Amino acid sequence: MKYLDEYRDGRIARALATEIAQACTRPWVLMEICGGQTHTIMRYGLDDLLPKGLELVHGPGCPVCVTPLETIDKAIALAARPDVTLVSYGDMLRVPGSNSDLFRAKAQGADVRIAYTPIEAVKIARRLPERKVVFLAIGFETTAPANAMATWMARQEELANFSMLVSHVLVPPAIRALLASPDNRVQAFIAPGHVCTVMGCEEYEGLVRDFRVPIVVGGFEPVDILQAVLMLVKQLEAGQVKLENQYVRSVSYQGNRFAQELMAQVFEIADQKWRGIGMIPASGLRLREEYAAYDANKVFDLKLITAEEPAECISAQVLRGLRKPTDCAAFGMRCTPENPLGAPMVSSEGACAAYYRYRRHAPAV
Amino acid sequence: MHPQFEYRIMAVKTIANLTCPSPLPAKDTVLLGHGSGGTLSAELVRELFLPAFHNAALDRLDDQAILNINGSRLAFTTDSFVVKPLFFPGGNIGSLAVHGTINDLAMGGAKPLFLSVAFILEEGLSMDTLRRVVESMRKAAADAGVAIVTGDTKVVEKGSGDQLFINTTGIGLVPEGVELSANLARPGDAVLLSGTIGDHGIAILAQREGLEFESLIESDSAPLHGLVSDMLTVTSEIRCMRDPTRGGVSSTLNEIAATSNVGIELVERDIPVREEVRGACEMLGLDPLYVANEGKLIAIVAPQFAQDVLAAMRCNPLGKDSRIIGKVCESHPGLVTMRTEFGTSRIVDMLAGDQLPRIC
Repeated sequence: MKYLDEYRDGRIARALATEIAQACTRPWVLMEICGGQTHTIMRYGLDDLLPKGLELVHGPGCPVCVTPLETIDKAIALAARPDVTLVSYGDMLRVPGSNSDLFRAKAQGADVRIAYTPIEAVKIARRLPERKVVFLAIGFETTAPANAMATWMARQEELANFSMLVSHVLVPPAIRALLASPDNRVQAFIAPGHVCTVMGCEEYEGLVRDFRVPIVVGGFEPVDILQAVLMLVKQLEAGQVKLENQYVRSVSYQGNRFAQELMAQVFEIADQKWRGIGMIPASGLRLREEYAAYDANKVFDLKLITAEEPAECISAQVLRGLRKPTDCAAFGMRCTPENPLGAPMVSSEGACAAYYRYRRHAPAV
Repeated sequence: MHPQFEYRIMAVKTIANLTCPSPLPAKDTVLLGHGSGGTLSAELVRELFLPAFHNAALDRLDDQAILNINGSRLAFTTDSFVVKPLFFPGGNIGSLAVHGTINDLAMGGAKPLFLSVAFILEEGLSMDTLRRVVESMRKAAADAGVAIVTGDTKVVEKGSGDQLFINTTGIGLVPEGVELSANLARPGDAVLLSGTIGDHGIAILAQREGLEFESLIESDSAPLHGLVSDMLTVTSEIRCMRDPTRGGVSSTLNEIAATSNVGIELVERDIPVREEVRGACEMLGLDPLYVANEGKLIAIVAPQFAQDVLAAMRCNPLGKDSRIIGKVCESHPGLVTMRTEFGTSRIVDMLAGDQLPRIC
């Protein structure tokens, strides 16, 4: 398949791995931000191809995992209402809230539907005027434009039966929080290519400057990731600190201006809770006042639903790259994808789920 | 024991000193995942059905029961079909119901003979739809040389069903000397696959999601007893056959690995996937290893016969793209692993529930 096979080519990957090994003279700790990148690393066993001492730690970039408990509880409460049709990305259905998940809610009779895009939810609202259709709008900057578009469309059409339960998170403030933390050990980052396809690279300049940390915007195929690792290792070894773009076939410096404008029209920046991490200032998006009529938090009175996260496994450390999933005593035993205890085991994109799925056997058999 | 099973037992033992927040309360409701062919389905069978119905024929947990009756070995199986949409490229719920039950018999090495059919119809279903489904069942049965000899019809109120559900039950005869079972895989055996994977699941999903591709993806729904008979003509040293339907190739191989208490090692490069199916899976965020097939089989074959069986499979139109995709090994019993294009190794797991589309 064009644009895929060449980026999954074993020969190119091995050549890159050799080059990395030659360039790398000291131990380094790199973090890939995005859950999609973590999965590629696990699925293709890329960490096995890297020299010992070059450590990849996995970042908080799984939007499903970091969606706060109380958002899930609100979604379940909404779904339980007989007049509501709750539409969500498929991944969200298995995420446990305080007492249940959307799959169970569906099994108990709630009208919960899976969609690939929020536009489908708008279509449902159009088709079923007697239902109150709520879209569970989660994700990073990647899904924000589509969610903004759906809200914008609903407002244009004056759809009275459509609203969004928004829990959007932003990448740069999360990286800033990681770097500002006194126990940070990450020395360089692979920034998420899909987020940057929307947002461009510009907003990462400040992080590079303020924290003197190399950042390479990377893609999602194995060759992309190895190339991004090589670019970072070369910078680190040479004592350089710059922002580079490996994913040039998708990411421009400015990003997608149209998408950014639409996002800015519909959303504004707000403080945001991250499951497993806690509150990070100005790290999320909420609907602007003009769109209040489409804000499920306001349309339905959800203020009373709050949930505090229990002192949890070690997901806070896993999500900050301080520990590996396999460091957790519950991993693979009390905590599995069927019965996740913590955020990173919840979604197929989460770091613990990736380790469970691809690596719980002894290293390379 | 499958390591996952081991985890679960340990989970029960350590529940008293659990410090993390408890997982969701024990499964008190039937979830869609219980019907997905993954670990939830396996759990349901193991924890509810097996203890209730336990007997020697059932405990083998093969696709069919093999019963000794007056010196003959009878294969006996049943399957219900709830596919949506009812009509899809390459078949419909009727042809699928005939092929599915024939294949469950064939995987035991049996020659399928007779089928029953039970219809559950929703009030309001168009008679024309029913007629088309029945005609397609008639043709599928005639083409496969089986007779539909008994049946039943029930109608439920509008809203109590989804148009049309079909159950088929089948019986067949297992020839002398044929002994196939999921517990017979031995280290060294070859793993054979009869063609490209994921065609059926993607044909259905594409239809459901309204996706269009440059070339139409058709379901591979087909009766496999002819192919099985060709294979058994080469040797009876075939240990086990399974058709990788719900849960796909990965679930089927995980079941074989667990039941035989062996490891299975696949070679990624050797697993055939149609280009369009790969493309659709990329778009939908699915892994073809978990996508359903309705006209493919997996055979575990003693190594010395693997090439001959493969050659016989390739002579049959339904097996022309057959490949050896891996081997049974001694290490990591109960687990399926895959050697990637990069020379690294990863686990090919059984899914917990349905494969869910990824968000990004």
